[in-house]
Amino acid sequence: MRAKLLAERIGWRMIAGVGVLWGAATAAFFTLHGTAGDAALSTVAGQGADPTQAVLDQVRRDYGLDLPLWRQYVDYLGQLLHGDLGESYQQRLPVAQAIEAQLGQTVQLAAGAIVIALVLAVGVGVLTAKRRRWVRATTTGVELLLASTPTFVIGLVLLIVFSIGLHLFPVSGQDGLRSLVLPTFTLALPVTAILSQVLRSELEDVLEQPFILTARARGMRDVAVRFRHALRHAAIQLVTMSGYIIGGLLGGTVITESLFNRQGIGQLMLVATTNKDIPLVVGVVIFCALVYVVVNLVVDILYTVIDPRVVTR
Amino acid sequence: MTPLLEVENLRVRFGSRKAGPVVDGISFTLSRGECLALVGESGSGKSVTARTLVGLTGAGSLVEKDRLRFDGEDAARFSERTWRRVRGSRIGFVMQDALSSLDSLRPVGREIAEPLRLHESLTRAQREQRVLELLDSVGVPEPEFRSGQYPHELSGGLRQRALIASAIACDPELVIADEPTTALDATVAAQVIALLNQLKTSNRALLMISHDLAVVSTLADRVAVMRAGTIVEEGSAAQVLRDPQHPYTRELLAAVPSAATRHSRLSPGPPLAVRDRSAVRPRERPAPGTVLIEAEGLRKSFKGRDGRARAAVDDVSFVLAAGETLGIVGESGSGKTTTARIVLGLDTPDSGTVRLRGRPWLDLTAAERRAERRHLQVIYQDPLGSFDPRYTVHRVLVEALRVAGIERGAQLRARLRELLELVQLPADLLDRRPIELSGGQRQRVAIARALAPDPEVIVCDEPVSALDVSVQARILDLLADLQRELGLAYLFISHDLGVIHHLSDRVLVMKDGAVVESGPADEVFAHPTDPYTKALLNAVPRLAIVGAQDD
Repeated sequence: MRAKLLAERIGWRMIAGVGVLWGAATAAFFTLHGTAGDAALSTVAGQGADPTQAVLDQVRRDYGLDLPLWRQYVDYLGQLLHGDLGESYQQRLPVAQAIEAQLGQTVQLAAGAIVIALVLAVGVGVLTAKRRRWVRATTTGVELLLASTPTFVIGLVLLIVFSIGLHLFPVSGQDGLRSLVLPTFTLALPVTAILSQVLRSELEDVLEQPFILTARARGMRDVAVRFRHALRHAAIQLVTMSGYIIGGLLGGTVITESLFNRQGIGQLMLVATTNKDIPLVVGVVIFCALVYVVVNLVVDILYTVIDPRVVTR
Repeated sequence: MTPLLEVENLRVRFGSRKAGPVVDGISFTLSRGECLALVGESGSGKSVTARTLVGLTGAGSLVEKDRLRFDGEDAARFSERTWRRVRGSRIGFVMQDALSSLDSLRPVGREIAEPLRLHESLTRAQREQRVLELLDSVGVPEPEFRSGQYPHELSGGLRQRALIASAIACDPELVIADEPTTALDATVAAQVIALLNQLKTSNRALLMISHDLAVVSTLADRVAVMRAGTIVEEGSAAQVLRDPQHPYTRELLAAVPSAATRHSRLSPGPPLAVRDRSAVRPRERPAPGTVLIEAEGLRKSFKGRDGRARAAVDDVSFVLAAGETLGIVGESGSGKTTTARIVLGLDTPDSGTVRLRGRPWLDLTAAERRAERRHLQVIYQDPLGSFDPRYTVHRVLVEALRVAGIERGAQLRARLRELLELVQLPADLLDRRPIELSGGQRQRVAIARALAPDPEVIVCDEPVSALDVSVQARILDLLADLQRELGLAYLFISHDLGVIHHLSDRVLVMKDGAVVESGPADEVFAHPTDPYTKALLNAVPRLAIVGAQDD
């Protein structure tokens, strides 16, 4: 019964996910074609040439840019259905390949940031909920500061202190784990701040519940009560929030990658956008949407793992 | 033999030293094989006392005591570490409402195993075996199956049994039960009381915390009555309940509604006397006996979790005449509230009709129904939830009066004054918001709001269930006074047989959506014919007292 309901739920989510992907592709396609100017010109201009009309016409025919927009759209969707994201105008290679080439770096960065953010947020949130006033005031103050400081400022401060001042980590580049530390924390700290705030406020409600008193009355120590009983109840909110944030994390890598001079999806998107490389931009948008859909699907499954009532109710 | 528990001059405050004490110097002792009940209303300090006895008074509390000894040891000097060894292993704690007192995300078996894991060195298999034995011993059938279920999958009674099993898992010498039956239906509560009675063995003491004198009278050997942090009276259960010495104990006992209190007042204080009724537009009252509501063959079913339709209301018919009270009594899930919602036009029945003042009521358009609605008002169990929290009392009442068509200045003010007088609230309450009022005051505001359009019928859905017994007594008296003064008819819904018997002229007993018995209240309760009515009457814990209600 439960498994069937769960499967049904996931099925619906996947159908909705396909809809989201289609929507993202459509929105990106029309926005870019509507505003990006002459795609043919930007395609050729990348090579520093002054293209003649004949060359431009040739390019337009090659890329199908002379067709009406709806036709281009239908063709593009057809390609997409075959799993083909098209070819980058400027890099002259399939978009999928271009994304794949940059994926590893970004995944390292984003995954590292998520893990660090979750571990820190859970630790800080669980241990500071319903504590003395000064403990709370200090942690909320720090969290507010971190959450409201722009990423590049956090990055710069980390650079100045740990790299230029203490020489602990390299300033930029991407060789080895040491070069990953500062960018990861730059990305993770604001997320930590938000997540631990969400978790703490949720925990403070949970810790008021009668079953917490029951657990204490069984002789359980405070830390155990927090981690073994309360955390799971507060985790629903944490997971929901994490879903949103992880989805948005890819966008956050743009700044971090620029600041630390790293390759990655963020950089790819930045270059593609400035060069009006439409297939590449749309490709990255679809990719981000896909990540979002998958993350939210995972979040949905996690709900049912955390709270057995979610499905059966 | 030394007592198991000795408490001397226990004082508890929250916040600063200047704040008033919540527990103000109480002393008592408790021996093995004995049950002591701490009885009091909300705010009397009984629950705080219970928590203090396991060293869990709460954040920001300041506990002082001259003496606190547990089994001969000086518990006043227990470190947190020592307390943790005592809690769960030597003192078991049972709270009310197992649904919120058990971790909702864990199977109950794991909850019961937790004290065993904390205090005893058993293997996993031994622990599991012990959990099954415990479930069996508290009367939970199919222990293997039940131990894997989550609290929300168990009925209220089974949940409470599971909670008790987790409290006695390590065979504690002292069991503290804080309102262990309050959230339960009468028949289920009776079974849980029987179970608690079994826990009282020669080697174990039971400390029972309750607001309900009747429950206490069936269980306790000794009773201590608490009020505002002090024990006003203590003695054997028989003595305190039969021959109360303190006026407060007498007031509490007299406040319990029952068959014996019919047509008499429950609270001290004079009855309502309306001095000036000039603001009321002289409106013709229907003659007593005029049928106001006629419900016939009401049926309503809802789709259950398994997708099958379940009848919530199954062929319910009744009439309500002007000036009378029809009580609907039943346990949770019996369909009382759904019936009320249909009568109010909030739910549409699958079949059946409701006539209000002789006219079909359910087929009306929304606009027509609004016009008729002024004759039919409602008060709920939880008035707080029915108020906009940002509204002041003034705004709540003015809005109700505007809806009733009283728009203008002088008339509005006069009617407002009159409403306050009717529900006996001082005028300076008008500027307060619902959250700033006491439970009784809130219910009075809700009654005033219901009275605003000068209705003929008020549907009362568990209006006193969330109130302390002395407050309940005042509200019930007020409702009786209003009925007399204004000729109101009540459709009165309650799970409490005592309340129903106290004020109903006629009753419907409902079970699983159907009416199992109906008739004049005295007749139904004196000579019940349906087995369920009999069971319900038997389950009501009765105060074994004589003469206490003569005052």
